[in-house]
Amino acid sequence: MSNALPNKQITLAHGGGGKLSRELVEEIIYPIFDNNGGHRLLDSALLSLDGGNIAMTTDSFVISPLFFPGGDIGKLAACGTINDLAVAGAKPRFLSVGLIIEEGFEIAYLKRILHSLAKTASAAGVSVVTGDTKVVEKGNCDGLYINTTGLGVVPENVSLGPEKVSVGDLVIVSGSIGDHGMAILSTREGLSFRTEIESDCAPLNDLTEKLVATGGVSVMRDPTRGGVASILHELAQESGLTVEISEEMLPVHPAVNAGCSMLGLDPLNLANEGKLVIFAKAHKEEEVMNVLKNHPLGRSASVIGKVTSREEWGKVLIETTLGAKRILPLIEGEVLPRIC
Amino acid sequence: MCLAVPFKITKKIDNMAVAELKGFSREVSVALTPEVEVGDWVLVHAGFAIHRVTEDDARETLKLLEELHEAESK
Amino acid sequence: MKQKVNKKQLFLELLKKVNEFTPENRTLNFMEVCGTHTMTIGKSALRQLLPESINLISGPGCPVCVTHDEEIENYLELALQGEVIIATFGDLLRVPGMDGSLADARAKGADVRVVYSTLDALKLAKKNRSKEVVFLGVGFETTAPTVAMSILHARQEGIENFSVYSMHKLIPPALGALVTDKEVKIDGFILPGHVSTIIGVEPYRFLAGDYQKAGVITGFEPEDILQALLMLLKQIRENQFRVEVQYTRGVSLEGNKIAQKLLKEVFEPEDSLWRGLGLIPASGLKIRDEFDRYDARKKFNLGKPRATKPGEANKNCACGAILKGIKTPPQCALFNRVCTPLNPVGPCMVSSEGACAAYYRYAEA
Repeated sequence: MSNALPNKQITLAHGGGGKLSRELVEEIIYPIFDNNGGHRLLDSALLSLDGGNIAMTTDSFVISPLFFPGGDIGKLAACGTINDLAVAGAKPRFLSVGLIIEEGFEIAYLKRILHSLAKTASAAGVSVVTGDTKVVEKGNCDGLYINTTGLGVVPENVSLGPEKVSVGDLVIVSGSIGDHGMAILSTREGLSFRTEIESDCAPLNDLTEKLVATGGVSVMRDPTRGGVASILHELAQESGLTVEISEEMLPVHPAVNAGCSMLGLDPLNLANEGKLVIFAKAHKEEEVMNVLKNHPLGRSASVIGKVTSREEWGKVLIETTLGAKRILPLIEGEVLPRIC
Repeated sequence: MCLAVPFKITKKIDNMAVAELKGFSREVSVALTPEVEVGDWVLVHAGFAIHRVTEDDARETLKLLEELHEAESK
Repeated sequence: MKQKVNKKQLFLELLKKVNEFTPENRTLNFMEVCGTHTMTIGKSALRQLLPESINLISGPGCPVCVTHDEEIENYLELALQGEVIIATFGDLLRVPGMDGSLADARAKGADVRVVYSTLDALKLAKKNRSKEVVFLGVGFETTAPTVAMSILHARQEGIENFSVYSMHKLIPPALGALVTDKEVKIDGFILPGHVSTIIGVEPYRFLAGDYQKAGVITGFEPEDILQALLMLLKQIRENQFRVEVQYTRGVSLEGNKIAQKLLKEVFEPEDSLWRGLGLIPASGLKIRDEFDRYDARKKFNLGKPRATKPGEANKNCACGAILKGIKTPPQCALFNRVCTPLNPVGPCMVSSEGACAAYYRYAEA
């Protein structure tokens, strides 16, 4: 019996990207689909079709508010799916768009959002090829939900994955962490603060393609819900290795830090929508960092740690600014502001 | 318990003010510290400025370090 | 960046001094009363850098942890009644009752809103005139004045659909209960910084005067805690006990007089049940009769908690002993086995700043 799902109802924490999210997928959903026929549980599925390799992914976007500093749900719906394909090493090609619209929704907003989605997709070289529209009664959804499914081509001899990770690999983040999460939090009712922070929402496929070309990438992920902490745990678990990062090396925008200190949050747990966590071979450090530093989306990239041992399976450690080491905790669910 | 963080007052109208730190700001109440003025540093807890931080106090920790050194050289 | 380097230097310098001043022949127990200190210690992994003979033990200063379980049941029941909006600090959202937490209640249809400030709760009331907005008042002397202020505002502006469920608690009476408990062996207290911002230094004097305990009001950076340890060690070496202020940038001798006056105006002390510690005289805050209409207890007829019934608490849960500093979390039979932050058994695992939760999250490598 699972200890972690004691209640009969789904709570928001089950969608927070933390422990509960993972348990919902692994203990409830995954077994129903026959454990995916032995396929690994990945954001993108890698499939073989008539000799070619494709990647397929799907994602639903239910963000509130629909417009936020640095983006909107349309841009996000394009980026999220494109990025899931990109980090699998695929070249994103096609996108489907499913809309669930609440009765009474302003057509002007819908147009603005769809233009934004279309612009983002086309800039990333991706075509929207099919879609679906449903309207539901007022109160049955919050304005607009979008689902996008993406298809991409996996070039021959590209193979990334946690099994490629080895002791000595460097852990790199492609830029400042927690920007998206903080930008969204700032708009929440009851918190209402002002910040210059904008969502980092951006399609990463151009950057990932160049990174893959260095031959130095073992695996990469985009740290969305649950933040960098959650992805590090995921990769430590999947590779069965110990990951160690240094608190001092984390690139964090000062305003995100300030917000975190006021609200009792940790930037490592905040969502990103245009960042990569990359595990790379140490001997390729220079090439990988060169690609990052010369790309607009990787300019403030930083090596934050490395894969240290096989001794302790799936452990993530952080060296604090004082030089002591502790376990990096995995958040339980939703990111909640604290006053204590 | 009780998180409170030093922020700088950038605007003040009656009992409400804007507290700012490195590009992050929020409306706070200064009803518990009516003496604060624009430019002052305050400790903010749950949307209230609860204490005005003077510059002398803020330097206290560094002063201590100097004292430690002095004590050692004696 | 430069400041960071300085801070680290300061830290190392202080650490050296702490080592120097630590007596070789005895173990010293210092209690950090405040949950935010517990968090700082956990997050910075300070414990592993300190001399072995110094024990840092976590006290009862996590307001969510010491909130009585019956009060939790009361507000959960209220939340599920419908017709009310529960406004709460994020800290309470995941605290479990017998049948789930506020987050679970929300999943069942309760209207629960997380706010950062009591004034945001008041705004909610103004925006939703047809509904009752109940603010869950948890917290010590630091937070209670902000709650008092919201009640005064509500009265001034004639906001009648706003009320507060006061579960506030006071720190000095709890310290009094600890030092008079024969089981508790504490040599000195790392006293809470922001509670003291409000109440000042006077209310702690009895610790040194009557009970010969060292006490230092302390800030929340790791180097603040080290400096406080050094001050405690000096008091012990000189065998002269007093309440000192390390956190001078946040605390004045007399505290915040406006906040103190406000507390007296809106609240009066009452005997209060602490989860894990039991009944402590005059350790809670009740809304004065004059403000009846803003008192959720009266508005919704919420009962006062009774002392724990026999057989109610899990016998293996060591939270009582942990809150008193007699045991550390890993010494509890349930810790990390049955009791985790997702399934907390006792109060110390309930909130992220509780001793057990901090030990669990920030386990040292």
